[in-house]
Amino acid sequence: MDSVTVSVYRRDPATEKEGRYVDYVVPREEGMVVLDAMKYIERHIDPTLSLRWNCMAGKCGSCSAEINNKPSLMCKTRIDSLKDGKIKVSPIAAYPLIKDLATDVSQNWDLLKRIPPFTPREGLERPWRISQVDIERSKEFKKCIECFLCQDVCHVIREHKAGYFGPRHVVKAASLDMHPLDSLDRSEFMNKDAGLGYCNITKCCTEVCPEEIHITDNAIIPEKERAVNAQYDPIAIFLRSRRKGGKR
Amino acid sequence: MRFMSSGYIKQETDVLIIGAGGAGMRAAIAAYDSGSRVTILSKSLLGKAHTVMAEGGIAAALANVDSKDSWEVHFADTMEEGVYISNYRMAEILAKEAPDRVRELEEYGALFDRTPDGTIMQRAFGAHTYRRLCHVGDRTGLEIIRTLEDQILHRDIKFFDEFYVTKLLKDGERVVGAMGIKLNTGEFYVFSSKAVIIATGGCGRIYKVTSNSWESTGDGLGLAYEVGAELMDMEMIQFHPTGMVFPPGVKGLLVTEGVRGEGGILLNAQGERFMQRYSPKKLELDARDIVARANYAEIMAGRGTPHGGVYLDITHKGADFIKKKLPSMYKQFMDFAGVDITKEKMEVAPTVHYQMGGIRVDPESTATTIPGLFASGEVASGLHGANRLGGNSLADILVFGKRSGDGASAYSKGVPFGRIDEKEIEAEIERVKSFVGRDGLNPYTVAERLEENMSQNVGIIRNEEGLKKALSTIQELKELSKKVAVNGSLKYNKGLLQALELPSMLIAAEAIVRGALERKESRGAHARSDYPKKNPEMRKNIIYRKGVEGMILEWRPVPEMPEQLKKLVKEEEY
Repeated sequence: MDSVTVSVYRRDPATEKEGRYVDYVVPREEGMVVLDAMKYIERHIDPTLSLRWNCMAGKCGSCSAEINNKPSLMCKTRIDSLKDGKIKVSPIAAYPLIKDLATDVSQNWDLLKRIPPFTPREGLERPWRISQVDIERSKEFKKCIECFLCQDVCHVIREHKAGYFGPRHVVKAASLDMHPLDSLDRSEFMNKDAGLGYCNITKCCTEVCPEEIHITDNAIIPEKERAVNAQYDPIAIFLRSRRKGGKR
Repeated sequence: MRFMSSGYIKQETDVLIIGAGGAGMRAAIAAYDSGSRVTILSKSLLGKAHTVMAEGGIAAALANVDSKDSWEVHFADTMEEGVYISNYRMAEILAKEAPDRVRELEEYGALFDRTPDGTIMQRAFGAHTYRRLCHVGDRTGLEIIRTLEDQILHRDIKFFDEFYVTKLLKDGERVVGAMGIKLNTGEFYVFSSKAVIIATGGCGRIYKVTSNSWESTGDGLGLAYEVGAELMDMEMIQFHPTGMVFPPGVKGLLVTEGVRGEGGILLNAQGERFMQRYSPKKLELDARDIVARANYAEIMAGRGTPHGGVYLDITHKGADFIKKKLPSMYKQFMDFAGVDITKEKMEVAPTVHYQMGGIRVDPESTATTIPGLFASGEVASGLHGANRLGGNSLADILVFGKRSGDGASAYSKGVPFGRIDEKEIEAEIERVKSFVGRDGLNPYTVAERLEENMSQNVGIIRNEEGLKKALSTIQELKELSKKVAVNGSLKYNKGLLQALELPSMLIAAEAIVRGALERKESRGAHARSDYPKKNPEMRKNIIYRKGVEGMILEWRPVPEMPEQLKKLVKEEEY
């Protein structure tokens, strides 16, 4: 039978100082994705493999990994798309390793807790009326499946650990700031407390986003600009104060 | 937090919620807002639950698009679709409260698609009289999960994700807590709580071809059954008419009913719009069981597509419309099958989608038959009867999730913490540990045989011979499941998790098969080739519970509707 060889990172940090790559041979199927191969290993070769997956459909963002060093979802990476048929699967490197391919992403919940939640304007008449064009901007950010690949690829997080929350969290803040009925402005918080200033817009996050969210152009840059405008530009401050009623 | 000498961590909470999908999270918010201390446990990472896969929308009679819609019509649609074995009170509550739950979700920050005058947009869906489904493109479930997740994170609600509950703890007749293992550390936890809510979702994973994600292994059914709670309507398994058939890795993955709601048509390999034969009036938008069986019949008659499905075609609507209304379907087919649905037809076939049955609950508080134990969402039964309307599950998790939280919170205020037996805890820890660190039968082998067995013998059309075969295989697998073992340690061991899931998967499977054998008629989602007609004598519910010598089944009359509700519903025809 035609087969595929997958090289998978294995390590339990509690007992092993160094990780190692183990080769597994799995049967090839038409239209196969990397997750299919990993599930085969889990079911038929080594059930102790620590591997996260849920929906198999790119909707939940559980199966994040680095495939041939590129942050990717295992469920959306077709094996026939990989060059020379080489498949190396490693855990995402931005987070502490739990075991094998599972990493501890729990710090993200602590960060999300710190971003001020949706706060509707006061005195809105019910039912709320919003026009479809006004929801489109926020809707783009709400496609986020929290796979954290953008966090993984972000060199600020990877190299500097500088206290930058990371792209996922800027997207979150932007989704709230661009909600047509929200009353807050999170840009100052994002720049001062969430370390957005460290981002030098290399756009790596946008490139890896499986939901194709324009993270840099539509979330990061507007959040940066708004904070700058609010701080230094008297006209912008004046206009913002007048627009406070509605952020259209 | 206390670390006990016998190797577990003890926690105390007023309300403990098992499951963090839409129902569990909505329950957590409700319980917290009514003043209880709340802990929520999730088998997956927070925010990954199967709810994220819900696409089409939430059924709620807001009447924004069709002004004639009302709770009465939604109620009648639900009762008729449930083929008259639904609990009328649950259907009434759902129809009346769904609009409030939708508006509340909006106030929590969810952004629904809008009508031209700015209200919440509603789309058509199978067997709904009016356009009723509030939606966010075709990713409504994700919006619900993210919105509720946000609410949870900004309340003082404790959560443990990647946690698997192995046992409910009782003090006499009352459930007083639960215990389990934190998968990512391998630590054992014991929760002492005044009330427990089960919101673990369905059991679709016991089938080979299913739209369900990884967590749907019937965990809560097993937990409740083991402490003596009653299950109901387990024989009713919904097959969604349209799952992907190709490539093999995504076989069964859902193709939203929204495609048909937005104008998609079904064709066989000869290009015939076959629904004109099966349902000339409602066509592709008839009830799910009817469309699913029509698709199945066409495939069985040799009029299927190369990969064994039928065609679903929406190309006539044009690329702009499709990309706007069905963006994630467009992406799903592009990414996985290399098919551009704006230019090519999709290939689809029925896939196991939803468990109508589950734990029997009180409609008002969602209390089970065991004091201290509550249940809501897919794991609970009663609302959907013999068949579920599309969009009613998202309404269900919001409406009854909230009622669960309120009900459990109210109950918890009137009772003290229970006494937990140390010996029981030690024995359970030993049981879990006994699977690990040795050679034995691979637990996935048992799971795979079960999946094959269910898909082969307990499918969309059933008969006595197949069901009997299925039952004897399940008995054999029950024995085998005691012999499974995995190497490695307790930490993040997926094989161990599969070993722990097997008992609940087998309980769910056994109930489905026993009930399907017992119900010698065809009603709703349950179709028997040897009993193709509906039988008026069987307009009843089947109740399942644990007896001394195994599973006990009992027929029970459907609660009688009060006159004013009866008037709303068409009389049943035989």
